[in-house]
Amino acid sequence: MKKKYKDIGDWDLVIKPKTRLLDINLLEVWKYRDLLLLFVQRDIVTVYQQTILGPLWFFLQPILTAFTYFVVFSKIANIPTAGIPQMLFYLSGITIWNYFTTCLSGASSTFTSNAAIFGKVYFPRLVTPLSALLSNIIKFGIQLLPLIIMYVFFVVRGSGVRPTFELLLLPLLLFNAGFLGMSLGLIVSALTTKYRDFSFVITVVVQSLMYLSTVIYPLSSVDNPIMHRCIELNPMTWVIDAFRTGCFGEGNVSYMGLLYATGVTVVITFVGIIMFSKTEKTFIDTV
Amino acid sequence: MSTNTVISVENLSKMYRLGRVNSGSFGHDVKRWWASIRGKEDPFSLVASENDRTQKVTENEYVWALKDVSFEVEKGEVLGIVGRNGAGKSTLLKLLTRVTLPTTGSIKAKGRIASLLEVGTGFHPDLTGRENIFLNGAILGMSKAEIKKKFDEIVDFSGVERYIDTPVKRYSSGMYVRLAFGVAAHLESEILIIDEVLAVGDTEFQEKCLGKMNDVSKNEGRTVIFVSHNIPSVIQLCSKTMYMEKGKLLEIGNSEDIIQKYVYNKASLQYLCNDNKNIEAYFRKVNVVNFSNEEKSSFYFDENIFLQFVVQLPTALASFQIGLALIDKFKRKVFTHHFNVKNIFNKNSIELTCQLPKNIIAPGNYSFDVALFIENANLYEYINDICAICIIDNGTIMSHNSSDYGCIVVHCDWLLN
Repeated sequence: MKKKYKDIGDWDLVIKPKTRLLDINLLEVWKYRDLLLLFVQRDIVTVYQQTILGPLWFFLQPILTAFTYFVVFSKIANIPTAGIPQMLFYLSGITIWNYFTTCLSGASSTFTSNAAIFGKVYFPRLVTPLSALLSNIIKFGIQLLPLIIMYVFFVVRGSGVRPTFELLLLPLLLFNAGFLGMSLGLIVSALTTKYRDFSFVITVVVQSLMYLSTVIYPLSSVDNPIMHRCIELNPMTWVIDAFRTGCFGEGNVSYMGLLYATGVTVVITFVGIIMFSKTEKTFIDTV
Repeated sequence: MSTNTVISVENLSKMYRLGRVNSGSFGHDVKRWWASIRGKEDPFSLVASENDRTQKVTENEYVWALKDVSFEVEKGEVLGIVGRNGAGKSTLLKLLTRVTLPTTGSIKAKGRIASLLEVGTGFHPDLTGRENIFLNGAILGMSKAEIKKKFDEIVDFSGVERYIDTPVKRYSSGMYVRLAFGVAAHLESEILIIDEVLAVGDTEFQEKCLGKMNDVSKNEGRTVIFVSHNIPSVIQLCSKTMYMEKGKLLEIGNSEDIIQKYVYNKASLQYLCNDNKNIEAYFRKVNVVNFSNEEKSSFYFDENIFLQFVVQLPTALASFQIGLALIDKFKRKVFTHHFNVKNIFNKNSIELTCQLPKNIIAPGNYSFDVALFIENANLYEYINDICAICIIDNGTIMSHNSSDYGCIVVHCDWLLN
């Protein structure tokens, strides 16, 4: 600490060309917390401005997707859903998966879609992806509504699903899926500021990650041991599984799996933030 | 370094690569990365050339947008930065505001730096004026509490109270700018950086902005860095001015002196005729000079302007007339003047100088029409719109230079009854 002050003297701000690897100023992000909240407010308020159905689009999109899955994977391909009503199975998977991917895509376009404002004023760039993460949590909350409606419908019909105490893990699940998505997005954004090639790769990767997770089939239905291992390696598998167990009471939460997912999230988050902060300082020259 | 220094810039440089980003630049990136691993200097910084827009890019794709710039700014000082397009002014501001990092050198500052690089940065069209004040203020580094405290003042300053709950996309562009400047002007920062914001808004609002900036520096003791092409406002506002060219700092010092040099340095526009005209008499050359016979295009209000003519004549001609008209920016004649040239014998060409009266042409942009003729007999030549000049108010008329004085400022005699 002492050395740092000696370096700066009585100046409040020193701008120099090169910075150390771990030059992440989280304290500064905290100073800009008002901006973060205002960004969240802006995102939520402006999305459905001047549409008639408004937030209804939030509901329709997952329900329609779940219905498609129901037709294709359940009725045509006959893939089992581990004793959970098919619509509920798909809808729960889609809801949390959507949350993950919106966090990822939101963060991955940080530099390219904010170039105009980043080129004019300085504020800690990390504020933007973090605010996107927060607005996605709120959007996730809104998207839970169709799931809850569907849930009530099935409970009334007496299909034997019931929530368990493991639903209390939800904050951890949201942390994992959210930070994993955001940090992967940060890595992509850092890689794509100069060379856009990577943005084409990422859509394919996200797509295949979904098929390599338990969004459309339960882990128990996979017989091939190699594929089984691959799906287990996807941290989102454990997040989706724990979410389903908490919601419907079928199966058991794999705490080892969750621990693994949390570990991966923390590591990726560090890598993502480091890569992001290295890029943020001069990205405006190359974007 | 005195204890009052709030900004200290040392050997600041910024290198840019021209051309496209593609596989070729990827090769350069690999080389640069390899050099940095071995702890060597960036291999391309050695070959980078100075920033001159007019030069064609040859093999050298790297330029210094800013090269070895060092200066200091003291507390409460208003520093103006002048220079032609591409001189590195905006790059310097980008570095000061941390939008990007320098290639070499350093900047040290005391206190918060806030910038007004372009008003309305971060305004969202769908949000109301009220919401945008908060969002914009936060982007510029204010906390919610600070904005709340200044909210009424901002609305009052920008004069858009009636529309404060209307989305800003319904605003006129003038209202938009007023609101944006209002937010920025009320920033609580020790150092304020302003780039060309006065180009917008009506005259009344421009004056308001100038007044506010004066207030900010003189009464609140804040430091202002001001970049503008508007010479009068630089003279009026800035105690010190910095003259930049091709990425380098040419000179820094007293505003009046520096502006004088900057203005002199601008390319003057003279009229030169291409020879072999098929008429007997014509203008060979027309140019504008100052009292010390230097060609220039900008003059202070209280400075004499001299028009020099070189006229080609048929030897037999003994007399002719020169007509002269001052043309304003709307291409209207401001005044005309005729001069009889008499008793010239056996001359092929003649040189003449005309001294225009000083303290009469109001600040603004003008040009000349010139004519060569013999009254009621022959019009040899009439040339439109040449020798563009700019009259600068150096504070001799009134203190508010952004006012419209018309084209002519006259002296009147007054009587007290």
